[in-house]
Amino acid sequence: MLYFASAVIITYFFWLVLSGHYTLLLMVIGAVSSLLVVMLASRMAVVDREGHPIDLVGRAIWFWPWLVWQIVKSGIDVSRIILSPSLPISPTLINVRATQKSAVGLVTYANSITLTPGTVSVEVEGDEITVHAITYAGAQDLAEGDMDRTVSRFEGGRRAQ
Amino acid sequence: MEQIIDIVSWVFLIAGGLFCVIGTVGMMRMPDMFTRLHAASIVDTLGMGFLIVGMVLQAGFTLVAAKLIIIAALILLTSPVATHALAQAALHAGLRPKLDHDETGGHIAGEDASSNS
Repeated sequence: MLYFASAVIITYFFWLVLSGHYTLLLMVIGAVSSLLVVMLASRMAVVDREGHPIDLVGRAIWFWPWLVWQIVKSGIDVSRIILSPSLPISPTLINVRATQKSAVGLVTYANSITLTPGTVSVEVEGDEITVHAITYAGAQDLAEGDMDRTVSRFEGGRRAQ
Repeated sequence: MEQIIDIVSWVFLIAGGLFCVIGTVGMMRMPDMFTRLHAASIVDTLGMGFLIVGMVLQAGFTLVAAKLIIIAALILLTSPVATHALAQAALHAGLRPKLDHDETGGHIAGEDASSNS
């Protein structure tokens, strides 16, 4: 019920931002259509915590800026590699452990790895992620588990052991 | 004030354009498909990100800015999924990356040892 209500509110807010027409008729139509969309979605059983993790929104406030900073740092590193004439790459395939407890956390971690330039998660199974890194140093950095711990903290709201 | 915003937004727009060019150059220079993915990911993170920040500064506090932020969020949420799907599909199709260091010991997550020999 909580997820249903929040999905309606967020869908309606999304509709308001995209429409830009704020007359009574159109706003009522928008409210009805967002209600219908979420009713259809809940018949598909996708309106649950996994599809719609609203409890993570509060912690996204510190997690997303942290992730953006990681992306900028490693993006500049990879740009430097591309621009240097000798192309100093050392492609590495490595398995890293994921300590997240839920599927949402695991997806967040795998997507954070892929989003960061220089590392791509090529396979996820259980608590193991196979990562292709463009440099050996980048793979070692990831294996140290700093990003893993941060995503676990984002997922669980507390420091993982 | 307006001039300062203009200057800052142009710095972001030019940086975004530069990163798009760098990513494209990287796609040309990299030796195999997996390393090219890394170059491509510069375009859709740094290139896209800087361009959108520059455009948001141009748009000011309007509905257009909100839509631009929604576009950025959409790209940031979907592009890693697409990249991962591409890399996984390549691996499953039998394309092995050119590696300097293989730290997996031949074991790739999700594959049992027999199918990998």
